[in-house]
Amino acid sequence: MKFPIIATAVLGATTALADMPVLTVYTYDSFVADWGPGPQIETAFEEVCGCDLKFVGAGDGAALLARLQLEGVRTRADVVLGLDTNLTAAAAGTGLFAKHGIEAEFNLPVDWDDDMFLPFDWGYFAFVHDKTRLPDAPDSFEELIAAPDDLKVVIQDPRSSTPGLGLMLWVKAAYGARAPEIWAGLAPHVLTVTKGWSEAYGMFLDGEADMVLSYTTSPAYHLIAEGDDTKAAAPFDEGHYMQIEVAGRIASSEQPELAQSFLNFMLSDAFQSVIATTNWMYPAVTPEGGLPRGFETLITPETALIFAPGEAAKLREEALAEWRDGLSR
Amino acid sequence: MARRAQPLGAVVPAGVAAGALVLALCLGTLAAVAWRAEAGGGLGAADWAAIRFTLFQAALSAGLSCALAIPVARALARRQFAGRGLLITLLGAPFILPVIVGVVGLLALFGRNGMVSAALAPLGLGPVDIYGLHGVLLAHVFFNLPLATRLILQGWLAIPAERFRLAAALGFGPGDVVRRLEVPMLREVLPGAFLVTFLICVTSFAVVLTLGGGPRATTVELAIYHAFRFEFDLGRAALLSLIQFGMCAAAALMALAVTVPGGFGAGLDRPLKRWDADHLGLRMQDAAWLGLAGLFLLVPLALIVLRGLAGLAEMPAAVYAAALRSLVVALVSAAVTVGLALPLALAANRLGGLRGTALQGAGMLAIAASPLVMGTGLFLLLFPVVDPVALALPVTAVVNAAMSLPFALRALGPVLAETERSHGRLADSLGLHGYTRLRLVTLPRLRRPLGFVLGLSAALSMGDLGVIALFADPAQATLPLQLYGLMGAYRMEAAAGAALLLLALSLGLFWIFDRGGRANAAV
Repeated sequence: MKFPIIATAVLGATTALADMPVLTVYTYDSFVADWGPGPQIETAFEEVCGCDLKFVGAGDGAALLARLQLEGVRTRADVVLGLDTNLTAAAAGTGLFAKHGIEAEFNLPVDWDDDMFLPFDWGYFAFVHDKTRLPDAPDSFEELIAAPDDLKVVIQDPRSSTPGLGLMLWVKAAYGARAPEIWAGLAPHVLTVTKGWSEAYGMFLDGEADMVLSYTTSPAYHLIAEGDDTKAAAPFDEGHYMQIEVAGRIASSEQPELAQSFLNFMLSDAFQSVIATTNWMYPAVTPEGGLPRGFETLITPETALIFAPGEAAKLREEALAEWRDGLSR
Repeated sequence: MARRAQPLGAVVPAGVAAGALVLALCLGTLAAVAWRAEAGGGLGAADWAAIRFTLFQAALSAGLSCALAIPVARALARRQFAGRGLLITLLGAPFILPVIVGVVGLLALFGRNGMVSAALAPLGLGPVDIYGLHGVLLAHVFFNLPLATRLILQGWLAIPAERFRLAAALGFGPGDVVRRLEVPMLREVLPGAFLVTFLICVTSFAVVLTLGGGPRATTVELAIYHAFRFEFDLGRAALLSLIQFGMCAAAALMALAVTVPGGFGAGLDRPLKRWDADHLGLRMQDAAWLGLAGLFLLVPLALIVLRGLAGLAEMPAAVYAAALRSLVVALVSAAVTVGLALPLALAANRLGGLRGTALQGAGMLAIAASPLVMGTGLFLLLFPVVDPVALALPVTAVVNAAMSLPFALRALGPVLAETERSHGRLADSLGLHGYTRLRLVTLPRLRRPLGFVLGLSAALSMGDLGVIALFADPAQATLPLQLYGLMGAYRMEAAAGAALLLLALSLGLFWIFDRGGRANAAV
């Protein structure tokens, strides 16, 4: 009889699953999407950990932090993956995170010495354009300001979007006290401000704007996934602001060893080799095989701009007021 | 009054319970957020600017939507033509579109790279600049003209055919019909239609920001985002949400103050014939209004369909799973909407006076809620008891139902009042009470609005991102969430396909349920 055999097999499987420790990782939605890095990473880690890795998506990076703040010490998360350096000061302030104690070599344009959060990928913000529509893209904020008024860019609101926040800090990092003047100069070129990256990027692809605020790695998607080499990021003389995405483990976790081994796994090739063509960012530790073909065509900014975590938090309100006043003119 | 003489029965407790549930959903979640807040900052100058701008754009948008809806609804009410029913359904489509899809369609028509700009280019004009207050108004009229038209059209259809017959017998010209029949009807219907569109525009946020062209177009909902995400200042988020409720309550009180009951008396549901509107001039005028509204509302939809066709093949399997999930949520949500709306409307009608109005007010509240605050509050309330992620879909269905409730009450209320006015005394004298009266007298007359309510709430739930974005796991994403996910992963073609699927499913649901609503449209 087949039935009891199947029944035993199923029962066996469920008991095996029930015995397995579960590692819960909170992350942002796009990480866990079918086409994101999540599914491949889950398979790879479960092969080595003897555990059940459970990703929980919670909106975007900022929503992820808010979720953690709402849950507080009762959080079910063992690891939080997907905060960026603009959020780590507030994340550390919750007192929920433990130190990682991991020494590693990172392929980052800046030094990394945070003892609580480990980077897993990074990228530069940049204005992306279509070479066939805009062959001579401006190569600095000042040149963009000087361009004819009908050159339009679409950007995101820093209050509701991570890239929007990145642009606001980019201008602040590059121009400091001159930021208000830069925003006022940019105002005629800002076609509109959107709630999130998706709306802005969609408008750009529909030909609504000449340039869109995105990442230097965006053209790699079009090249590798679509075989379309018309998109390019404009290198800016002032340098480019960086986004470094990090993970940390929760101190009160019931699975501290598993969480720690996940962080180690995160820096290994099995994790890092998935990042470039699923998250479309640079891996924090370049895997042995190097970057996928096509990434060599991307621009590599000479100057990497970034505020230290605490500094970004302090500057935010002031920079937001400058952004708002400059663009409201 | 006759209705006071009746026993209140089970309907009033049921209605009060429904109202209490909505109150708890709106104010309970707000209280949970405020309770959790640490001492936060008060309102800054930027918040006040956001409040002023929100009121300004919402009042203007609602006024414009209703003003334009009057001639469109009148044309639909007094004309019969092949495809009228289909046109009524299609004209309703923009309202049930997810915002992000609607904006894409509008930009394909009015954007810098849109059809209008392309048509103007050979003349050396353009491109059209849609970004600014006018863009916000254009978008809000696009989204809300359909609803305003439907609400006003129901007013027209509620005038008994006998009144027009009498008007014809008395030799009324078009002007007399306007003065004696249509203006009194509008005084009854317009304030409610204005209120509902105003409430929608108050909480509108992504449209206003995208088409408003910059930070000047900051609404209260965006200020709530700012408080929540930027500063994690729950106190200020709750305060701003309370102000949003306040603005809506003030608008509701004003609308109530100017509403005058129509009092057309009873009719025998005879076929409607409009002798007064037979002139060629009036026919051309109606044709022009219908043509213009049709173009304005349907061309962006057609563009969405065109863009989506290519993407249909690109859609990953996850989209279909999400579509199925959304369908189930939509059907549950529609059932819950009617389950809440019917007792609420019946109880409000039975109670009458201030108490009835207060009950209706409670039912209208959800639309003024900030989805961000409501979602956060629900999360705070559920988290200690149960994993909120496990409840994401049921919670979405209930919240979507609460969000549809104002439209449901708007659609059911007047018809119910009219039914009581015209058939109540006869039913009383026949001793019809309770369930029998509901089945024999009330429900048959509610068929049209009930079909509309079911269709609308199912379709709205289908397209709504709502609170689910806050705590749904992508593994149980709904179709709109999946659509955003595809866009966020550069997969714009597949997203356009998903948008088309969403549009088709929403419209399909609306059409199926609304057939009841169109059953009498031929008369």
